[in-house]
Amino acid sequence: MSLSDTHRTIDAIWRIESAKLIAGLTRIVRDIGLAEDLAHDALVIALEQWSQFGIPNNPGAWLMTTAKRRAIDLIRRNKLRDQKYTEMARNTDLYTEDDIDHTLDGEIGDDLLRLIFMTSHPVLPQEGRVALTIRLLCGLTTDEIARSFLAAEATIAQRIVRAKKTLRDKNIPFEVPSGEELKDRLSAVLEVIYLMFNEGYSATSGDQWIRPLICQEALRLGRVLAEIVPYEPEVHGLVALMEIQSSRFKTRVNSKGEPVLLMDQKRAEWDQLLIRRGLTALDRSQKLGQPFGPYSLQAAISACQAKAPTAAETDWIRIAALYEALSRVLPSPIVELNRAVAVSMAFGPAFGLQIVDKLGAESSLKGYHLLPSVRGDLLVKLGRVEEARKEFEHAASMTRNERERELLLKRAAECNSTH
Amino acid sequence: MRFMMIVKATTDSEAGVLPSQEQFDAMQKYNEELVRAGVLLAADGLMSSSNGIRISYPEPGGKPKIMDGPFTEAKELIAGYTLIEVKSREEAIEWALRMPDPHGFGQGEIELRQVFEIEELTNNDELLEKETALRKQVKEQRKA
Repeated sequence: MSLSDTHRTIDAIWRIESAKLIAGLTRIVRDIGLAEDLAHDALVIALEQWSQFGIPNNPGAWLMTTAKRRAIDLIRRNKLRDQKYTEMARNTDLYTEDDIDHTLDGEIGDDLLRLIFMTSHPVLPQEGRVALTIRLLCGLTTDEIARSFLAAEATIAQRIVRAKKTLRDKNIPFEVPSGEELKDRLSAVLEVIYLMFNEGYSATSGDQWIRPLICQEALRLGRVLAEIVPYEPEVHGLVALMEIQSSRFKTRVNSKGEPVLLMDQKRAEWDQLLIRRGLTALDRSQKLGQPFGPYSLQAAISACQAKAPTAAETDWIRIAALYEALSRVLPSPIVELNRAVAVSMAFGPAFGLQIVDKLGAESSLKGYHLLPSVRGDLLVKLGRVEEARKEFEHAASMTRNERERELLLKRAAECNSTH
Repeated sequence: MRFMMIVKATTDSEAGVLPSQEQFDAMQKYNEELVRAGVLLAADGLMSSSNGIRISYPEPGGKPKIMDGPFTEAKELIAGYTLIEVKSREEAIEWALRMPDPHGFGQGEIELRQVFEIEELTNNDELLEKETALRKQVKEQRKA
């Protein structure tokens, strides 16, 4: 194996092992930044030694043992607080390869969970949570994260440094919250994962290769979480939503990079494997026997679309009902706008328009181009083309997306020709 | 990117000899590890080729020829597959190396094949150009 091959292999091993490694080390040193440094130190040692002597049979255990030794050295040298000494005394037995296999099953899962509760802690600003979670749980480099968010590398690096500092300063514990708090904190975790996913999914601009990567990472993290907390229905709901949305990843833009509406997508190109996985995840959520939360409801809506062989065969009545349920658990003007579309498809454009018109006064939708765009669409269906044209033009003036603007202006022009 | 880890058939798998409990447990443990890492998409074991049907087109433009199994040459047959989604070729190799020896008596063989994705099929110049422009833009932002 050449040196660069070894380096690439070590990269791959790092990707597989880093989150577990950092989680296990955080349990010992109780500081995310320090844990990450120790894990990196172990990686540097691995780079030297493995290039020379080859890769060990159980590289994960090797890295953990090496990092733990460094942790012990460091704690002895720095004479950290007594409490940490006591903690260490209980943990000084270094793993053998058998031990780590044994530990993998239960404890590592718990450690990963504690870690993600920490990185998505509400004490951090939203962008800090997202960056830190991607960095520590997905093992992406700062450069990869920066490219995903079209941000400067220094900006992302700073967000991560600040987030770590905040966790340290505020003494955020490495633990799984209990009782009522668990529910809130879990939804913060799910929010971070979904933000990650949306960052990659909804943007029509951005790096062609890296954006799918961030979606894939969010989905992977969701799947991991579903195995650690299988008793939480919303975790499965979120996974289901991401699996089904991912199934359309490649059909949602055409070869020119223009967005393609769901109804116009080539269904034969939807990824059936991901749809099936999504439906299975939704089923797991349902089988837990609790009323659907917002993610499960959104997944159920997506599932309706996914199950329809053609756009015309979509069960709009069910989708309208699901949107109504969603607007109860997650009241928002955007959900209401979506409900209007579903209602118009199920019961006719006039009923949809009633809902849209009530939303007209909603201040939070001012400047939201989809409101006039949807209204225009309904007006066209009702034959009120002159009003429709104005709505499309209004919408076009609001969107910041060049492709979307073209599409909207095209629709406005079509109104003129039918007039 | 997706990779298929194809487990090749052996004289045992073709003869319908089931894996030992030990092998079975090891494989299950491995699959659980893939699930917990969030990389497993699908996995199945196949019945022996005596249960299989082969359809071939010996004449270009002609009718297909249908042949019932079993087929000879176990090494050319497959006994199962595991589909994973990973970030790099090396990661796929690393996972494949962690799979237990599927036979245990000298005939174990795993073949790794990358799955075609739509981008690879439709990768056009226009998209590549846009990507290059974006990269440049990001680089400039970074300098700023």
